[in-house]
This record gives sequence, structure tokens and C-alpha cells, in this order.
Amino acid sequence: MSTLSIPATLHEDRGGPGQPLLTVRDLSKGFSVKGGLFGRGAGRVRAVDRVSFDVLKGETLGVVGESGCGKSTTARVLMGLLDGDAGEILFDGEGVGSRALPLRAYRRQVQMVFQDSYSSLNPRLTVEASIAFGPGVHGVPKREAIARARSLLARVGLEPARFADRYPHELSGGQRQRVNIARALALEPRLVILDEAVSALDKSVEAQVLNLLLDLKEEFGLTYVFISHDLNVVRFISDRVMVMYLGQVAEIGETEALFERPRHPYTAALLSSMPSLDPDARTMEAPLAGDPPSPIDPPPGCRFHTRCTFAEEVCSAREPALFEMSAKHRAACLMLPPGSGHSRAPATPEAAHV
Amino acid sequence: MSDALVEVRDLKVTFMGGARPVRAVDGVDLTLARGEVMALIGESGSGKSVTLRQLMRLNPERKTHVEGSIRVAGEDVMGLSSARLTHYRGAEAAMIFQEPLLALDPVYTVGAQITEAIRRHERVSKADARARALALFERVRIPSPERRLDAYPHEMSGGMRQRAMIALALACRPKLLLADEPTTALDATVQIQILLLLRELQRDLGLSIVFVTHDLGAAVEVADRIAVMYAGRIVEEGTARDLIRTPRHPYTIGLLKSRAHGALSKGSRLEAIPGSPPDLANLPPGCAFAPRCPLAADACRAAAPPALDVGPGHRARCIRTEDAAGLLMTQAA
Repeated sequence: MSTLSIPATLHEDRGGPGQPLLTVRDLSKGFSVKGGLFGRGAGRVRAVDRVSFDVLKGETLGVVGESGCGKSTTARVLMGLLDGDAGEILFDGEGVGSRALPLRAYRRQVQMVFQDSYSSLNPRLTVEASIAFGPGVHGVPKREAIARARSLLARVGLEPARFADRYPHELSGGQRQRVNIARALALEPRLVILDEAVSALDKSVEAQVLNLLLDLKEEFGLTYVFISHDLNVVRFISDRVMVMYLGQVAEIGETEALFERPRHPYTAALLSSMPSLDPDARTMEAPLAGDPPSPIDPPPGCRFHTRCTFAEEVCSAREPALFEMSAKHRAACLMLPPGSGHSRAPATPEAAHV
Repeated sequence: MSDALVEVRDLKVTFMGGARPVRAVDGVDLTLARGEVMALIGESGSGKSVTLRQLMRLNPERKTHVEGSIRVAGEDVMGLSSARLTHYRGAEAAMIFQEPLLALDPVYTVGAQITEAIRRHERVSKADARARALALFERVRIPSPERRLDAYPHEMSGGMRQRAMIALALACRPKLLLADEPTTALDATVQIQILLLLRELQRDLGLSIVFVTHDLGAAVEVADRIAVMYAGRIVEEGTARDLIRTPRHPYTIGLLKSRAHGALSKGSRLEAIPGSPPDLANLPPGCAFAPRCPLAADACRAAAPPALDVGPGHRARCIRTEDAAGLLMTQAA
């Protein structure tokens, strides 16, 4: 496969395999909302509120949560489509936007695939031109960019001779999403953010695209941030999963540990909300009542306490920090740290780590 | 008469608007007993929503060519006069949609919309209609219903709006509820609440429900029977248990096997169905699934297979159902 004439140093692994590819520290992003007739009484949506996490090299981090939990806003800030209000993003140890890693160099290494395959392609460009556009902007000679586009098309399962000259409206949803994936890969990124990238696809096509994503990850040594509301799909594709609720991280851990033994009551409720697919064991009771509250005025203390079956007085007074149950599994719930004041919290630090 | 509430026979719906006529529904037979919940599942373009809309005669009549018969409670729906149709929509059959924000009128309160619907159909006073609207809100478990009746649709959360739309649909005590992907746009924790609500309403009010979805999981949660559609035809139909445990059509089997489910070992691949859904304007002469089917033989490509009984109340449109059972076996291995 031909390599682009992008300066090789930019793509080199700098910090070694042990250093996270992406480090996010205390990231916040808010939006002001208009209220009242003349835009007065305005509030502020704290869409992402002091969120910290790492994305390790070569892993897939799944991000789940309901509408308003801030998962898409987080993705857009990571991608540089929105500016964060506060916090820090490090890419392979370098601050994004610093002299060592200017924004332009960062953007080349981080690409995104969106849910709506149609609106994320220019309707007036052929598929081939769309894929070659990004490299062109970054100074790759046209002929080389086109050759690269065609080889990527072949790689995502679209025969270049048949598909290169087509326009987006001439493709099916699954085919368009393959084009979007090829386009994201055209700049040889190291991190690909997939924001509900398979959610709009038919089930029979979704499986094909998930398999393709796994193949591409192996072949190009990619790292994924995979955002989805479909827990089955997230479990299948992710090495680790981060659960968000109203702009904060509720729980983060290795996929199987988190699915087998969720430690945050919200994670547990989310998991048991999944339809069972067993006609003899239908869900008898909804795990949670009501809708997620609005992120405009999030509840004080633990944001989940308004819907939590275990909520006690302390939950509305104290905001839980992420508590480390083991090196790889953390959750923000007052039932976990010893001495938190919640009656279910363990008495001793030793008891907290089982 | 039988106790069937809905009887659809050889329904064919063809859209004439485009450059070429598109047959979206191609010979659908459906029988729904009173108090039964049937899920129609399928991918986009499979004809599930078009079938549902035709039960309400919502497809644009001038651009649609419809053949076959639809009887609901013994009445010929296709032959209804416009006055009878107005009565039928609401009092006999009612529909709920995926996006309540689009289905509800943004400039009237939800309570006003429900009382209006009631008073269009029955001679009752405003106060009585409002009392019924309030009872409906309680019925669909909207918290502080009195206050919520005076809310506009945009003031409600997604789950609440869906409950309000269900209340509106039930306003004139229909026997048949048609649900077009009513939980698809909802969050997971809200979706299960609405599915349970539909189940409860069905049980308490003796409703018959046709529930259209692309989500097998949601279908299993609410439906007694499931019909799987592909390219305008029902390719397999049976009880939810039959469909999940002993599917006989290669497409149903493929759908079940391609699902990401449970703890699959890391790095494994899903057993995807190859190819893409067919172009309705350009269907192959035989079985529409043949180009993607691992069992397709020459006979499959020659003529569309008839619906064959594979068990009591369990039918599949496939001539190779015995071999298809073998496809399922490889799943366990």
C-alpha cells in the first residue's frame, strides 16, 4: 500500500506502548441556552462536566449513555469540532495545540465517522473525490491521493471500478458508511472516533460493517473510540467501556468486568433495560422510572440520585468521585468508597476492593 | 365469523410516483386475533411500515395502487367511504409513530388535542372529554397528569411525549393499535418502560396491536407472534418462541446469527449476511433473498417460493426449510 507523503515523524509513536494515545483531563464543555421571550433567564447546559479518561494505544474504548449524557459532545471536543471550556487533551503525551503538536497535525491523526452517512458526504463530489479531498488539503499530490482513495475503496469492500465515480445518492446506506470509513482512513489516522457509526444501518449490514472495522483496526493498527447506544454492539467491539450520565463518567472498566458485574447502579439499570430476546424470560419490570433529567439543571450531589433505587440523603449532598475498585475498574458511586456516609458503603478500605 | 380482528389477504401496494413503479408490499397475508400482539419486523424497505400504513389507509391514494383485501372487525377497509374512514381512524384503529414531536400538533396543548379527538368522534361535553383525557393520562402513567394536560408537546421529555401520543391514540377506545417503531427514538431505559406499558395496555384493554420494528429484541418483549418481512413479503411467521428458537427461513436465521449478543470472545467476527438488501424496483424473479442466501438453488431463483407450513401456526416462504434448520446448528458449534 502506498504511503502518503505526510511527514513520517508526525505519525510516529512517541511515548511507547505504555503511554495512553489520548489523555483527557477534567474536560468541560457547556452551552448557553436561551430562556424566556427575550433570551433572558438564560441557563447553561453543562454537557460535559469535568470528564477524565484515557484511551490506550490499540484499544477500542466504547462510550455508552443516554441522550444528554455528553457522549457526542465529548467526541466533538476531542475532534476539535467544538472548543472545550476547560480541561486538557494530550495526544501521545503532547498537549493538543501546543508547539509540539499543532492543531493541524493533531487533526490529521484523529478522524471521525458520523451516524448520518449521507449528510457527512458532499453530495456534489464523487466518492473517490471525497476520499481524496482530505489528503489533498494536507498537501498530498492529486494523483497519489486518488490512487490511495481507490485502494481504500477496495479495502472497505467497494470495487473501485464500479464505485469510484458514483455520487453519494447512488449508494446504499451501508455502502455510504463504508465510504465514510475509507475517507476517515485516508489521512492514515491513529485514532478514529466512531459516533453512532453503525446505528443507522440495517441489522444485516451492521454486522458487515462491524467486522470491517475490526479488520481495519488490525491492519492499520488503529485505536477506536466507539460511541453507541447499542450495548450489544459496544460489548462486542470494545476492550473497555465508559458509561456516561448527565455529562459525567459514571463507570469505566474492562468490557466483560463491567457487563458481568456493573458497580454503578446506573450501569446496572442500563444493562437490565436491554430487551432479553428470550420469549420465556421477558422483562417484567422497568429498571428505571422516568426519563433522564435535563442537563440544564442537573441534580445536586450524585446526578443519578433522582432515579436511583439506593439513593440516600448523602447522595443529594455529596458528589461522588470516581472510585477505583481495581486498577482497571472505576465507578462514581457513594456505595463504593469506605466511609462515604452511605449505609451500603464498605466499612474498611480492604472491603472496598473485592 | 372467526375471532380474527384483522384479516389481510394478498395485499399488494405499488407506488406509482417515481420513474418506475415500486412494489413495496407484494402479497402479504396477515391474520390477527382479538387481543393478539403481532410484531412485523424487517429492514428498511422491507414493506413493514407500508403494510401498517395501508391498514389505516394512510398511503397517498393517488400515487398508490393497492390490490388485495383488508378487513378489520368484519369491515372492508379498502371500501370505506370517507365519512366511515374518518370514524374508522380513531374509533376502530389508531396509530402511534416513531417521533411524537412530529405526530403531535406543536401549537396546541396535549390535553386540547385529546379532547378535540374525543369530541370529533362522540357527542360529549368539553368537561367530560377533559375528564376522559385526564383518565387516559393516568392510564399511561404520566406523573402529575392534571398539570401535564396543559403542556405543549415541546415541554415534555421524549418518553412522556410517547406516553401522551399513546393516550391520544386510545382516546376513542380503538380495538386495534398500530405502532410504527414507537420506541426506536427512545433511550434504552425509557424504551423498556414504553414496551411494558404497551403490554399492560394490551392486557387490560384487550387491544390487538400490530407493532412494527426493526429490533428483534423489542419484538420479543411485546409480541405473541412475529412476522419477518423481506422485500415486501412475509418470509416467516410464527409465535415469538418459534421464531427465536426454531427459525426456518435462512433470512431469519441469518438475522439471529449476525446479532452481536452476550460475551463473544474478543477479536471474533460476526456471522454477517453477505450482500445488501434488494432494490425494490429491480427484484429478482424468484426468491428475493436468493442472492444473499447460502442455500439458494436454481429452483429458488426460478420462482418465488410459496408459504409452507413448517409447524403449527409457523410458516416460511422457503423451499429449503429442512436444510435451513441445519444452518442453525452451526451456530451452537
